[in-house]
Amino acid sequence: MSVPVRHFDAVIVGAGGAGMRAALQLSEAGLKTAVLSKVFPTRSHTVAAQGGVSASLGNSEPDHWHWHMYDTVKGSDWLGDQDAIEFMCREAPKVVVELEHFGMPFDRNADGTIYQRPFGGHMSNFGEKPVRRACAAADRTGHAMLHALYQRNVRANTHFFVEWMALDLIRDAEGRVQGVVAMEMETSDIVVFQAKATLFATGGAGRIYASSTNAFINTGDGLGMAARAGIPLEDMEFWQFHPTGVAGAGVLITEGVRGEGGILRNAQGERFMERYAPNAKDLASRDVVSRAMVTEINEGRGCGPNKDHVLLDITHLDPEVIKSKLPGIREISIKFAGVDPIQAPIPVVPTCHYQMGGIPTNYKGEVVVPKDGDHKAVVPGFYAAGEVACASVHGANRLGTNSLLDLLVFGKSSANSMIEFIKSEPAELPELAMADVERSIARVKRLDEQKNGTNVHEARSAMQRVMQNHCGVFRFKDMLAEGVDKILEVEKMVKRCEIADKSKVFNTARVEALELENLIEVAKATMISANARTESRGAHVRDDAPDTPETPNGRDDKNWLKHTLWHRDGNRLEYKPVNLTPLTVETIALKTRSY
Amino acid sequence: MNEFDPVELKRIRWRSRRGLLELDLVLTKFLAQHFDSLTPAELDAYRRLLDLPDTDFLDVVNGKAEIDDPELAGIVEILRGL
Repeated sequence: MSVPVRHFDAVIVGAGGAGMRAALQLSEAGLKTAVLSKVFPTRSHTVAAQGGVSASLGNSEPDHWHWHMYDTVKGSDWLGDQDAIEFMCREAPKVVVELEHFGMPFDRNADGTIYQRPFGGHMSNFGEKPVRRACAAADRTGHAMLHALYQRNVRANTHFFVEWMALDLIRDAEGRVQGVVAMEMETSDIVVFQAKATLFATGGAGRIYASSTNAFINTGDGLGMAARAGIPLEDMEFWQFHPTGVAGAGVLITEGVRGEGGILRNAQGERFMERYAPNAKDLASRDVVSRAMVTEINEGRGCGPNKDHVLLDITHLDPEVIKSKLPGIREISIKFAGVDPIQAPIPVVPTCHYQMGGIPTNYKGEVVVPKDGDHKAVVPGFYAAGEVACASVHGANRLGTNSLLDLLVFGKSSANSMIEFIKSEPAELPELAMADVERSIARVKRLDEQKNGTNVHEARSAMQRVMQNHCGVFRFKDMLAEGVDKILEVEKMVKRCEIADKSKVFNTARVEALELENLIEVAKATMISANARTESRGAHVRDDAPDTPETPNGRDDKNWLKHTLWHRDGNRLEYKPVNLTPLTVETIALKTRSY
Repeated sequence: MNEFDPVELKRIRWRSRRGLLELDLVLTKFLAQHFDSLTPAELDAYRRLLDLPDTDFLDVVNGKAEIDDPELAGIVEILRGL
């Protein structure tokens, strides 16, 4: 079998913030760097990040990286690795100032310094009071970041391969990574990108859920490729949710709607929050509201033909109040829910937003897997950064503005590790290991030749429904156990997916089928990891985890202060310790997380 | 190139995948309901809109920003109505 092979020093899959930050570092070091992206780089999902990027610059009031570190450890519900968190918070001011020098148009103070605003969970003096730490470019921080990085990369001669989809990782017999097999969408040609070092910066896989804020491109391609190549996925049970997304669409309805008097109702029209939170009612905290919504749906009081959502009612409010106090909400509701909220309530459901888990790495961006009793064994030549990676800085729950920071810090640190590694390697690339290449080609061939198979859209919808109903924002023992069986059934459908269109040119049906093969790996990892973790921690909240003095809020440090590793082979789970030892400071001791 | 070159049509369909969910949702509807019946001029206008950065494109679709180009007005109108 003859496949064209292209040679590079480094190959990067994904051209969002992490991929482009890494590419810049590599190209500026004079290394021949390829970046593969399914879409034009500035249309990566990083563009959706509005809030900002956190760094303890202290431009408006005193701040310190150690305080930022404390907030991040606490936010992670102590599941984050403290060496990686210290590294990220110490690097933050440097990478933000670098970005400023790359031409990022940050908002500024009168004295010319970067303007900073407060953001949830970011505090001064070890949790004392809110601090201004978020640096933003209006409400377009992600967009501005992508543009600044893209321009610099063009100048640095980074080789972009736009509208290319990576299919599989290539590993030799010893497990060293040699590059990726990729497909050019315009022609469906399959090409090997061989490199001394390979970085995955493919983003998250929020599309495993029926209701997700993620763009359609977020299909967890890096996670699927890693899993198929025998790399375990870490902490995949942890996903951040928002209580009120438009059912069926995922577009968020701001919490301000409930602040202005919006009421949540079930199928009987009942204001159910009165039963769950008699005082705060609809204004109870996010987790309480999400939990109540899910309980109503699970107990058969959901709305719509599938009884799978509840209603957010503002029909009793003065239309003028809706227009003046809640600008945009009416338009969102009309556009994405098909209802005018002045006349009818908005269908809403808890909505997936961000993936905390991913490919296990250390703070240098090197992928690490357990080997011969060492849980920190590096996979030579393989790196990951951004939402696809689990360093782990977000642990069980991410703080706002730490995701853009994650991209910059670990995009850069992984690139520095790659530069060092590439320099230590012989000039000649080794002989290409063909087994993975052939497996990848066979996978595409299977898809093209499948007869009497499953429809891709149906299989994907089935997966999304199972994930939403069985492994959503609030989790139940029996539902999870049932969910494991159901998702393994869906996997059988995915393995038999068929595409009607076999054409070669921009065949989106083929791309979507290949994406689904990645999503299903993430879905299995999530469901199986969540079913096994019998505590509540951060974003993983279980109905059957008791709130006792030993296990406050259901968090069971005695048994569950550890990272999950899911292996695709046999759906095997293993665990590794959380690193509670920072690089230079003392450990941030375990405490109950409360704000 | 002919405006109805099938390769170009498929390329435009793929380029309707964006970085923002809101655009994905609107453009998916547009592709399903309107794409096959566009005139060459409308197709060209749509292709030009796709070159906008996502954030600007969404502002146009949401009516928060206007584009001062009469050739694009028809497509913008359709997108806003979806």
